[in-house]
Amino acid sequence: MTESALKAESRKISDEGLDKGVEKLTPAKIEQVINSVLANETGARLKVYADTCVHCGLCSEACHFFLSNDRDPSFSPAGKVKQTLWEILKNKGSVSPAFIRRAAEVASTECNLCRRCAMYCPFGIDIAYLMLVIRRICHKLGVMPQYIQTTAHSHSATLNQMWVKEDEWIDSLMWQEDEAREEIPTLRIPLEKEGADIFYSVIGPEPKFRAQLIYQAAVIMNAAGLNWTMPATPGWDNSDMCMYTGDNEMMGRLKKAHFETAMRLKVKRIVMGECGHAFRSIYDMGNRWLSWKMPPIPVTHAIEFYHELLREGKIKIAKKYDKAVTLHDPCNIVRGKGLHEMSRYVVNQTCENLIEMHPNREHNFCCSAGGGVINCGPPFRNKRVEGNKVKAEQLFVAKTKGAKVVIAPCHNCHGGLEDIIHHYGLNMELKFLGDIIYECMEKK
Amino acid sequence: MNDSDIKDWDIAKKEIADIGNWKGMFEWVEEPHVSPDGEKIAAVVKTGDMEFGVCENGTPWESVFDKVWYLRFSPDGRLTALVSDAGEWTVAVDGQTWESRFEFVWNTKFSRDGSGIAVAAQNGRQYFAAVNDSPWEQTFSDMSNLTLSPDGKSSAASVQTVAFGESDIFKFQEGCYSAALDGKAWDMNFVNVWEMSFSPDHQHLAAEVRLNLYDYTVAVDGIPWEQKFSSVWKPEFSPQDGSVTAPARIGGGWTLVRNGTPLWNSRFVQLWHHRYSPDGKKIAAVVSPHFGRWTVAIDGTAWTHNFGDLVTDLVFSPDGNRIACVGKDDGKWTVSVDGQPWTGGFDMIWRPVFSPDGRRVAAKAEKNGRYTVVIDGQPLKEEFRAVWDPVFSPDGEKILICGIEGSGEKYFRQVMRLADI
Repeated sequence: MTESALKAESRKISDEGLDKGVEKLTPAKIEQVINSVLANETGARLKVYADTCVHCGLCSEACHFFLSNDRDPSFSPAGKVKQTLWEILKNKGSVSPAFIRRAAEVASTECNLCRRCAMYCPFGIDIAYLMLVIRRICHKLGVMPQYIQTTAHSHSATLNQMWVKEDEWIDSLMWQEDEAREEIPTLRIPLEKEGADIFYSVIGPEPKFRAQLIYQAAVIMNAAGLNWTMPATPGWDNSDMCMYTGDNEMMGRLKKAHFETAMRLKVKRIVMGECGHAFRSIYDMGNRWLSWKMPPIPVTHAIEFYHELLREGKIKIAKKYDKAVTLHDPCNIVRGKGLHEMSRYVVNQTCENLIEMHPNREHNFCCSAGGGVINCGPPFRNKRVEGNKVKAEQLFVAKTKGAKVVIAPCHNCHGGLEDIIHHYGLNMELKFLGDIIYECMEKK
Repeated sequence: MNDSDIKDWDIAKKEIADIGNWKGMFEWVEEPHVSPDGEKIAAVVKTGDMEFGVCENGTPWESVFDKVWYLRFSPDGRLTALVSDAGEWTVAVDGQTWESRFEFVWNTKFSRDGSGIAVAAQNGRQYFAAVNDSPWEQTFSDMSNLTLSPDGKSSAASVQTVAFGESDIFKFQEGCYSAALDGKAWDMNFVNVWEMSFSPDHQHLAAEVRLNLYDYTVAVDGIPWEQKFSSVWKPEFSPQDGSVTAPARIGGGWTLVRNGTPLWNSRFVQLWHHRYSPDGKKIAAVVSPHFGRWTVAIDGTAWTHNFGDLVTDLVFSPDGNRIACVGKDDGKWTVSVDGQPWTGGFDMIWRPVFSPDGRRVAAKAEKNGRYTVVIDGQPLKEEFRAVWDPVFSPDGEKILICGIEGSGEKYFRQVMRLADI
């Protein structure tokens, strides 16, 4: 057994989805599934990536898992490919159940699909794509961490991430409307308003755990005088953990429901809250699986939306936020759409003092929660948090320069950074851009 | 409502209400809704502190409520709303509430002629449907995809039939969901049950189901097809012979299957929302013939013209000889009729409406914040602050336009002779 393999074995984490999943596997089943996926669902892209890599290791410096784990090669991006895809290709799919278990753990819990490594690769190899192929194989083999698989089940049964039932969703919106009317008596959260300009879409955790974000969004919409609506049907949730479990068919079903809800309501665009992975799903992966080259109804991310409202004077800041802040750049909207300057515009319009972390913008370090890793749940929490010591160091440096608050315009980043702040004793506040805007804006 | 149900085709123009006056009567007036014959306009209004009502043609309902939402006219012109009084929810129809009370109620559905009104309801964390004030006898721990038969005589939904812990992934994968018809669940359970359709005689029910995490098919009256696919979309019954068709994904491409067997030879990158012509002889569907392009296919043959953004709202003419749809290209919306798109794009366009003889097509449209009706590609000269779907007269000579005009807030019902436009 190699040193890397020994290390990997020593960090094996018990998980019901992985452990019971592999119990059902046979070598023949594994070979059949792998070769079916490779033959029918991959092509030149995979071959080029696999054949082009010269094993130079430059990608290693890009990966927070590698940097945070004493430069352990098994955590390097190329090392993850070596432990998974290269072995599969070399053995023509003939690999053991134990190999599949380890491959599932590597692909789902040791890679955030953040695509930072693609920027450091001389050939631009997208290792996130290769990890998604491994996840797809593991999905087809029924070997997936329990917690994220539960989330995928919720998506299939309710078309949202959090098992929110149809009435609970509507009730949550009415509750937030009632709460907001304590502050702004004329405020509405208009349900099912056909022909509105905007469908405001959120992710499952918002009605479940972060309902104040819906309240705040309603206040912002109200102050800006916008013609907006929210649906009272499934299709309201823009999130998508099926994209990350490799259940592409469900990913497509979720995006179909989301965009067809927008079409039914005859809205001109979807404005989505501060989420990164959902943006990836509706702007890139889910829509394209269905054959929509671009979103059929335009999607405006919250950062773009806030930028637009502030630039056009549709909302006004009464008093800037006076605590010094630092800004986290979420991978899916920075490397995914280059929204980093817009987010800085919003921060500078609303906050007195922005203290940058370095590296930043498209070179940011991931929060280590994204790519579905945080959704793999408590069993993998310590590995996730300890695998992002570099982010803690970044935050610590920003703190020494005076930053008291971390702004993270993404739900998964929030979850990841919250754990990092707690684990490393950083004692910093964590906020969404919407929190800051709501606190500082003129409300009508 | 059918165009033949509209009695008043002779009055050229008639003011029904001035919404502006309502704003002096109430704290606020929400977005208005118009009856299918255009004779009534109504809105949810705030009548007092934590108190809401409905105003119809300037007259408020006698009853007021804690909350009122989802105000909609039924196809037969009755005004419905979901209302809450002292924390109990029910349905109000023309101001009269159902006797049944619920902890919550939502998702109003109407039968084709409006005689059937169905809602999803919840009491004590148990879920069920209620049709015309009659709740299902059986209840379920969850329910979705409420569907009402076209004649309103039967209702169905996806229901949870087996209890499981959310983290029990293996129990979930054994199948904990089914479809319930009039409250009675099918014998067989599935991993998932999604959209469903009734047969024209409302005796049969077909639904898209997932047998495990990988195999999708269609179940008819609880029995899944033998054939399995990597995905399916909503099934439909043939009006001709009762067979069931559904889009299915085979080998990475989509085609239409009938009773589990491919019906169309052609394969598409995507295929969904198939529709039968009224006589059941033709089938049309929204398809993607190439990645990122969208059009309509009839009996497997796609129109030459296609759109880059999307195609939706596919409709057959009453005689089944023509097809229209909404399409979008480079952010501009239009209507395509028999594969020929109207020129000039709009900021939004609604589902097209055929005249009874199928010769004329009209649609509500929006451009630069103003609304109009487009007839055979030509917008009316009049612009409106708001307008509703047009209706052709039975002889196809006239068209009913309902809208709020110009700078005021007066709502008019107007019959125009097509020859004069």
